[in-house]
Amino acid sequence: MNNKDNVQSGLVKNVYRWIDDRFQINALVDYMSHKEVPVHRHSAFYYFGGIALFLFIVQVITGILLLMYYRPGADSAYESVRFIITNVSFGWLIRALHSWSANLMIFAVFVHMFSVYFTSAYRKPRELTWVSGMLLLALALFFGFSGYLLPWNQLSFFATRVGTGMAGIAPVIGEKLLIILRGGEEVTGATIGRFFGLHVAILPGIFTVLLSAHLIFIQRQGMSEPLEWKNKGAHEKRYIKFFPSFLMRDLLVWLIVLNVLAVLAVVFPDGIGLVHWPLGIKADPFAPPPAVIRPEWYFMFAFQALKFLPAHILFIEGELLGMGVFTVGGIIWALVPFLDKKSSKGQKSKFFQAFGCFVLAFIIVMTFLGYILK
Amino acid sequence: MLYRIILFLGFFAAFQTTYAATSNCLTCHREFEDKSGPSYKITQDIHFQKGLGCVDCHGGDATLDDMDAVRAQKNWRGVPNHLQVPEFCARCHSNAKYMHNHNPMLPTDQLEKYKTSVHGKRLFRKKDMKVANCISCHTVHEINNAKAPHSSTYPLNVPFTCGKCHANAKYMKGYNIPTDQLEDFKQSVHGQALLVKKDLGAPACNSCHGNHGAAPPGVQSLAAVCGNCHAIEADLFDNSPHKVAFEENDYPMCETCHSNHKIVKPNDSFVGDKKPALCVECHSYDDGTNGLATAKAISRALSELVATQAQAKKVLDNAALKGMMTTDEEFRLNEVNQVLIHARSLVHTINADSVVAEAEKGIKKADTVKINASALIGEYYFRRKGLALATLFITILAIALYIKIKRVDKKLAGK
Repeated sequence: MNNKDNVQSGLVKNVYRWIDDRFQINALVDYMSHKEVPVHRHSAFYYFGGIALFLFIVQVITGILLLMYYRPGADSAYESVRFIITNVSFGWLIRALHSWSANLMIFAVFVHMFSVYFTSAYRKPRELTWVSGMLLLALALFFGFSGYLLPWNQLSFFATRVGTGMAGIAPVIGEKLLIILRGGEEVTGATIGRFFGLHVAILPGIFTVLLSAHLIFIQRQGMSEPLEWKNKGAHEKRYIKFFPSFLMRDLLVWLIVLNVLAVLAVVFPDGIGLVHWPLGIKADPFAPPPAVIRPEWYFMFAFQALKFLPAHILFIEGELLGMGVFTVGGIIWALVPFLDKKSSKGQKSKFFQAFGCFVLAFIIVMTFLGYILK
Repeated sequence: MLYRIILFLGFFAAFQTTYAATSNCLTCHREFEDKSGPSYKITQDIHFQKGLGCVDCHGGDATLDDMDAVRAQKNWRGVPNHLQVPEFCARCHSNAKYMHNHNPMLPTDQLEKYKTSVHGKRLFRKKDMKVANCISCHTVHEINNAKAPHSSTYPLNVPFTCGKCHANAKYMKGYNIPTDQLEDFKQSVHGQALLVKKDLGAPACNSCHGNHGAAPPGVQSLAAVCGNCHAIEADLFDNSPHKVAFEENDYPMCETCHSNHKIVKPNDSFVGDKKPALCVECHSYDDGTNGLATAKAISRALSELVATQAQAKKVLDNAALKGMMTTDEEFRLNEVNQVLIHARSLVHTINADSVVAEAEKGIKKADTVKINASALIGEYYFRRKGLALATLFITILAIALYIKIKRVDKKLAGK
């Protein structure tokens, strides 16, 4: 080590000591150094939570930058987005990064959720981590739904009209819910105001609280070990230190994701194929709706399933019954840690594994059909 | 809606049954007429549908079942011959008070106009029984409102209604007028718009010739006829040196350059000092009018604008193909097109300065599009280079981190 390194090393140490004197971060580093992460054939899935977190951070940063120019309102929303992508320096890149990271985040969250589900990582004592994760997923979907309307183009207008219309079929509260969501009976400038408020203030606030809780739970309880490790001896189990080994690997994955994100945003600023968000033409409530109104890809399975239902099933409206089934299904899914008694005893439940396979297959098949059927 | 249709059809059927039941005309005539006979066709006729019966036109008494007794009635008018038809129809259609009770929107001057038409003049003055009268165009016993698509006077059907006689060389023999108007019209810009694009706003025969007062527009009135739709061009022409020159030489105004029935879409090759330009048909460099010099200047200005517009479009298409946001420039290029349309209209002024000034305005706009589209393409390559640099930087960072991870792993394994 030469003299210069010594000086730098001394400077870093002094700064570290200065901070540690005041905030006792040594205890935190010490805690992280003792924390261990299991290493096994499914370890790669541990990184998807981190990927989702990284993409959420990208969302926040790019969202704040977009906020500097975006103007909510029926007369200004479309124009301001157009201004962002045509006149603002790197505005197109910021919008592309925001849209791509939103879609990739939802994808990462889905992978994270199913990997946790199929490894039964939700079992005791991580029930609340799972439930908080479910709430975060619901919020992420609502983030997507509310953000979709903000450019106020033809497609987003009619998709929001269909989407909010579904809320209106709920019994008793449906009509009120529809008016609360839309800010009136129709999708108008008032709806943009509401969705904007939700997208940039209310949802991020709730999301941050829940995300903090989710991360604190993970830090307190550590990574879940696979069920099959129960019968393994200590010498058969392999671990790496959370700090620095896992954290550095996490950082490496973030860099790879950042690279992928940059390539996608620059090469396909308007998205590609089924995942695309061209600005298109401004919303016109009096214009005929586009020939194909499709929701975002992550809502497609529900949209397609509802389309398959007949108008009436017995005495209940088909759509209403479908929405009811999805609501009950979502609640059951969120309560799986409490229902799957076997996993808390360290055994794999065949029923819940089959249930998970069914849900995954249902989502994939319905999404696929949603895109191929006219 | 379905309920209303059923109700309407019910009333309609009931009315017809009632009329048929009380009208001996239909009862008897249907005994010896087939389905194409008047007693059957009449049910599709607008008069019948409005409640008029056989006796309202032909006279007689519908309650009688003896034809001789019917003919003996004072009001018996029977079947009019070709010469009598206009007056026969005009009995009601020229009666403003009567028509007011049936269709106040319908004019009542058809007979007066007909008398001024070539058809009317030949019929009444020369007793020419071949010329068209009311039923030649409107049909008989199956007359319909001109707004009904199956009517012979519906805009899309008018060229064929006129063409029934005017495109029939055998029938028109002896009149010494051409019979290729329908074929020419079909190929014309008007015919394409009307018959191919089904644009009901496009002109049919009657738009230029009139309907009841049908006559070929005279040399002097031609500009006024065309100017009904092409008002700007007609106005520019009226203030041009051509106006006086054409009048002096008895040239038909618009027709001289644009022809009449076969009016093709004009293009820039119409103007110039060499063939196929139309200017050379009348002008030469030594005719003392400066006509060809003007034509050359106009032609060059238009060509330059068209070429610059095409270049701008090519660059802009390239930028769009690269995925760049080109909306603003597309709007600007549309403006160039508007300028080009205006410059082409200004050709009717026969004033090179005004066309050149307008063309320069368009060229300037098109140049701006070219510059901005080139900048977009530059931006595209800048983005690619930026991406390559950023990707390289992140990759180097990732490799460095990977090496560090390996070192840390080795160090921890050694402990």
